[in-house]
Amino acid sequence: MAEFFQYIINGLSQGGTYALIALGYTMVFGILQLINFAHGEVYMLGAFAGYYTSNFILSRRIDGKINALMNGAADQSTTASAIITGVCIIVVAMVICALIGFLVERLAYRPLRGAPRINLLITAVGVSLFFQYSGQLLFGSDPKAFPDLFENLEPWTIGSDDNILYIEPLKVFVFATAILLMLILRHVIFHTRLGRAMRAVSFNHDLASLMGIPTDRIIAATFMMGSALAGAAGVMVAMTYPKVEPLMGSMPGLKAFCAAVLGGIGNVTGAVLGSFILGLAEALLSGYGTPTYKDALAFAILILILLFKPSGILGVHRTEKV
Amino acid sequence: MFLRVLSISAILCAGLCPTSSYSQTVKIGEVGSMTGSEATFGISTHQGIELAIKEQNAKGGVKGKKLELVSVDNQGKPEEAAIGTTKLITQDKVIAVLGEVASSRSLAMAPIAQKNKIPMISPSSTNPKVTTIGDYIFRVCFIDPFQGEVMAKFSLETLKIKKVAILRDVKSDYSLGLSDYFKAAFTKGGGEIVVDQTYSSGDVDFNSQLTSIRSKKPEAIFIPGYYTEVGLIAKQARKLGIKVPLLGGDGWDSTKLYEIGGKALNNGYFSNHYSKDDQSPSVQTFVKNYEAAYKATPDGLAAMGYDAALVLIAAMEKTKNLTPKEIRDAIASTKDFNAVTGKISIDDKRNASKPAVVLEVKDGKFLYKSTVSP
Repeated sequence: MAEFFQYIINGLSQGGTYALIALGYTMVFGILQLINFAHGEVYMLGAFAGYYTSNFILSRRIDGKINALMNGAADQSTTASAIITGVCIIVVAMVICALIGFLVERLAYRPLRGAPRINLLITAVGVSLFFQYSGQLLFGSDPKAFPDLFENLEPWTIGSDDNILYIEPLKVFVFATAILLMLILRHVIFHTRLGRAMRAVSFNHDLASLMGIPTDRIIAATFMMGSALAGAAGVMVAMTYPKVEPLMGSMPGLKAFCAAVLGGIGNVTGAVLGSFILGLAEALLSGYGTPTYKDALAFAILILILLFKPSGILGVHRTEKV
Repeated sequence: MFLRVLSISAILCAGLCPTSSYSQTVKIGEVGSMTGSEATFGISTHQGIELAIKEQNAKGGVKGKKLELVSVDNQGKPEEAAIGTTKLITQDKVIAVLGEVASSRSLAMAPIAQKNKIPMISPSSTNPKVTTIGDYIFRVCFIDPFQGEVMAKFSLETLKIKKVAILRDVKSDYSLGLSDYFKAAFTKGGGEIVVDQTYSSGDVDFNSQLTSIRSKKPEAIFIPGYYTEVGLIAKQARKLGIKVPLLGGDGWDSTKLYEIGGKALNNGYFSNHYSKDDQSPSVQTFVKNYEAAYKATPDGLAAMGYDAALVLIAAMEKTKNLTPKEIRDAIASTKDFNAVTGKISIDDKRNASKPAVVLEVKDGKFLYKSTVSP
């Protein structure tokens, strides 16, 4: 039984990171009907931003510790400092990714506003490849090891001997941060002026523009928010699986896209739901079945959903006027 | 102006005349993963090869000709390895090819070398299939049936364990082969494989496999993968409370292993081609020269790269006209050649038979445990 719950924990933590990426997909789709394939690369850039920031902070903190020892000051608790460092890194990565999201929208997508949708889609693929390969040039293509902030923390255990459950503090931190970010996003979308404007643009772009909503600015804000979430996901995945490399974004990006479609693309709650379903399904499949097919699972789900319920679990079916 | 005319005519001549009889250099090709997730393999091997060639050139080259190394990076991809080999043979006109470390990539290169009748020496691909491609394909390392046996023996006799779990990489010929040979040798010796799990190289999450392994209570886990994944697996295993020894093969041999896995790798053992702590003079001279040249300690792959180049150079010395055919025959007749990683004799299957060492991972250092002879 403990084994089952361990799979559930693994699945939830995986699902949380998928959800953060999927939210960006779904928000951009909702507002532009564009599948932003460069989104996975923003996630990768977030992980790199986190990698460089954490190295910077950690090298500083060693200096700080030496100073503290010199002055005879007591060392602060490691858990607290790990959490503070973690939050700092996430915030920096989110800001950098929001900036990247803004630039991508401004330079690549805005000039194509009004062009056929296929042009946008192909541009998105181009932007994605651009980031993958310039990343290899800039960061080098060998994997980097992300520093382990929670290394000295022992995992919490529930039960004993045969029925023992291990809960990593890091996973709890990641999961809690993911949920917190989603709640903030929910608040922004449903309870602020910006959110109302976003919903209006997503409902009808031209009509919103007639009502005096600065649609270009709202679209830019959407991109920035989505990218910031992807950046946070990048850092959190890099913390859990300390391997950072320029091609790391493509697979999670595609899987999060599948999760968004599963939940109903364009629907924020659906994206989160789809991601958790996918995370849990993957964890259970590799636990009880064969891990070899783990990657295939997401795409199998995508195909099935497109065949039987193209609008997704929570998506609303809209009839298109011809 | 005169100089320019001269140089142009020299270039034209070099292009038009048969190169071997006029040029004063001989080109040797190398294909390696200088970047990608097994980058340290390629870089170490490259430096080993480069060192051997530099030393030979300092001694006056081979038959009065300087050796020139032409290297190609395959980014850790089999398809790039194949493209690189074709380029080396058809464009650069190399007389022999050295590479690759990973068996999957050597298997992509071998058919091309064989078709063009250019001898190829793999420094450290241990999967048996590699040299079966044809009579121009050689290796200077031991093969996986032996490596699997070494680790099986080590687990049964030194660690005294009977129940082992396997976690293999389904995308790697090396990992699949080594797992099978370990399994065969271990069960033959009276051990039991309690669970056989899989992953794919490139994966980052192994929690589910490890949870399932944990429930079967093995006394050790055999992970014959490459260092990037092994580092991640070790870390996740320890966080799931798995404290048993982790076992592996020469794919672990990289400083990056510790960078990624950290302390989680303590209580880990792997088989390798050599140990830098070996006190024999040939090893110690090599370690000294390598450290002087690259400011780094040579790992097993650097030593294998060096040895592959030495075997090739020795074979070239034995030929009359440095043709690929002659070089092939000379390599095939290599007998009791004194190399850094032990005496190398090439058998009729074009494999080298030589001893292996078992190393223990301890706080980022690889400590010598034992030597096992075939």
